[in-house]
Amino acid sequence: MAEVEETIKRIQSQKGVQGIIIVNAEGIPIKSTLDNTSTVQYAANIHQLLMKARGIVRDIDPQNDLTFLRVRSKKNEIMIAPDKDYFLIVIQNPTE
Amino acid sequence: MSVSYKVGTVKSKQSPNVNTQPKAPVVKGVKTTGKKKDEEEGIDTADGEEWMQGKTLVKPPDQLDLTEEELKEEITRVLTANNPNAPQNVVRYSFKEGCYKTIVFVDQMAIHFELEGNLVHKESDEGRRLMAKHTEREDCGGDERLENVPIKPGKREQKVTNQFNFIDRASQTLNNLPREISCQTEPPPRANFSATANQWEIYDFYVEELQRREKSKEKQESQFPNKEEDRSKKKMIQAEAQSDDISQLAKPAEIIERMVNQNIFDEVAQDFMYFEDAADEFRGEKGTLLPLWKFQYDKAKGLSVTALCWNHIYSDLFAVGLGSYEFTQQERGMLLFYTLKNPSFPEFIFNTDSGVMCVDIHEQLSYLVAVGLYDGCVSVYDLRKKSDQPMYNSIASSGKHTGAVWQVKWQKDDLDSNHNFFSVSTDGRVVSWTLVKHEIVFTDIIKLPPVDKVPDDLKNVVATAGTSLDFHKQKDHHFLVGTEAGKIHKGSKYYSSKFLEMYDAHFMTVSCVRWNPFHPNVFISCGWDWMVKIWDHTINSPVFTFELKSSVTDVAWSPHSSTVFAAVTADGKVHVFDLSINKYEALCQQKVVSKKTRLLHIEFNPVHPIIIVGDDRGRVISLKLSPNLRKKPKEKKGQELPKGPEVEIAKMEQLLSSLR
Repeated sequence: MAEVEETIKRIQSQKGVQGIIIVNAEGIPIKSTLDNTSTVQYAANIHQLLMKARGIVRDIDPQNDLTFLRVRSKKNEIMIAPDKDYFLIVIQNPTE
Repeated sequence: MSVSYKVGTVKSKQSPNVNTQPKAPVVKGVKTTGKKKDEEEGIDTADGEEWMQGKTLVKPPDQLDLTEEELKEEITRVLTANNPNAPQNVVRYSFKEGCYKTIVFVDQMAIHFELEGNLVHKESDEGRRLMAKHTEREDCGGDERLENVPIKPGKREQKVTNQFNFIDRASQTLNNLPREISCQTEPPPRANFSATANQWEIYDFYVEELQRREKSKEKQESQFPNKEEDRSKKKMIQAEAQSDDISQLAKPAEIIERMVNQNIFDEVAQDFMYFEDAADEFRGEKGTLLPLWKFQYDKAKGLSVTALCWNHIYSDLFAVGLGSYEFTQQERGMLLFYTLKNPSFPEFIFNTDSGVMCVDIHEQLSYLVAVGLYDGCVSVYDLRKKSDQPMYNSIASSGKHTGAVWQVKWQKDDLDSNHNFFSVSTDGRVVSWTLVKHEIVFTDIIKLPPVDKVPDDLKNVVATAGTSLDFHKQKDHHFLVGTEAGKIHKGSKYYSSKFLEMYDAHFMTVSCVRWNPFHPNVFISCGWDWMVKIWDHTINSPVFTFELKSSVTDVAWSPHSSTVFAAVTADGKVHVFDLSINKYEALCQQKVVSKKTRLLHIEFNPVHPIIIVGDDRGRVISLKLSPNLRKKPKEKKGQELPKGPEVEIAKMEQLLSSLR
């Protein structure tokens, strides 16, 4: 646990990282470094996106699974690491 | 019952041998008396009971009408004891007298009426038998009655004496009061459930089910309490998982960290992959080094990089040993593992009590890392276990080195397929260490010979410190040991008594010796006397000598070319040579660190055209070799460019032959 927290702390201290959110399987944010409204917004929307993406991957091959989702946008990059019960969202502005 | 009927019966029952005629008057007599009697009775009864009144005598039609006189006439009859019907002339043959004789006495008895009774006395045997029979028949009759009704009547007639003689009695019992009890249970909980089953959910379910079945199979053998334990354990784990929620995110978090780093160092990564310095074309044969990532860790700032080693399987991973070369500053050490994917933080961190002096990663089993420490210990770490405690440690071993261990080198597994490695130390011993189950076993291979300057009586006390060790790439029993005294000794694993060769290489400590990865005869050495020397091991004098104007702390052959090597000097410069291009001076001399920082070690990546250099502040810098520094022979048109170790050997051979 401490190790994960340390890693998350390190990620937070990296250049351009705007926020880190940990969301559980139901789409409820557990931990966040962002403010409440944007956390909820990210969590809810990304949860849907993730489910859809996973569905696509697994529909094509049930033995396959989604391991990562990277969304590059004009302003930032959203990195989503889905796990069994949780998923980790990191928002980074790489050009900062 | 009428009289006439009586008479009839009497008549009918007369025995056949009785004459009826003489009897008639008797009957008449009886009849008259009977008539009178009847008449009297009839009068008597007429008084009492009226219904008898209408009864009149009915005379038979053929009755004789007699006159009064006739009626009053007395007829005397005499009763005799003789039977009128009895025969009087019965004769029988007498055998005694031999003639027929009349029989005087005949049976005088006449039987008028005989009726055999059907009554049997109860007590008699027959009566009992009948009774028994009777009951039997009743029993079976009862059974039969159920089965077959038509047979019944004939038998039943005997039983039922009077069908009207019965008693009917009825009574009513108390009826139980009807009672009704009803109650309502709590309705079972209901829930609406809806889901879509798609292919992968079904697949997941099957996988789970299979796992569960396997588990239950395993558990069938174990006992019930164990099961309970397991269950409780499971619950515990679940509970833990719930509270300790984010621990399973360790892996994704690590990946994200690398991605964040990739974004931050995007340009560096692009350079690493694609940048080829176009300016090299105009530099002639000179080349440059392009700094890429810098690796540093806050806690390692006070330490020097004492060792570098690439992982041969994961070409982005390398080990950094941290300690100190200063005798006065010995405190602690550290073993770090960095990956090019994450320059900001080490992948693995191991803290050691003493400074790390050398590191070697096993070529095949890349999780095995041998470490030599300043206090003379050698230890083996297992990267799969992230604990500061090494898997093996020679601290308790009697064969422990008494001085700093300067070099460790993994060997091929021995005949018992135990992993083993060699070490060389300040105490002058070359020791082989074998990992046997839970301990590390030492074997002394050779002791370095004493230096000539040492007086004879001290030769056993003062050891010749070995500072560097390298094994021949092809003949892996051949090895070279560099010493503090500037000598290089060539030895073999199979001759432990003495060294095969001794090279008088440097005036000061030999900091590094290395065999050429391609050519079997060539090795390189460097020393604090500013010199880098290239040797043919069959010749006692160096083939090439280069002076770098500062202490040379490390030198390394390129894994890509037999003629390329790089050296680092204490003044912070990296020198890259390619002997096939220039035999006299370096193609590149570049200062890669700031002033006062000493470079201590250099290592080529086995795959990518980059080198890493470590300095005395715990930092490691990765540098990319510009195109000129890894130049291949020019490709002629229509000619396939030969590749492989043979080409590299030939290249070196050509170079050597040009000097002979």
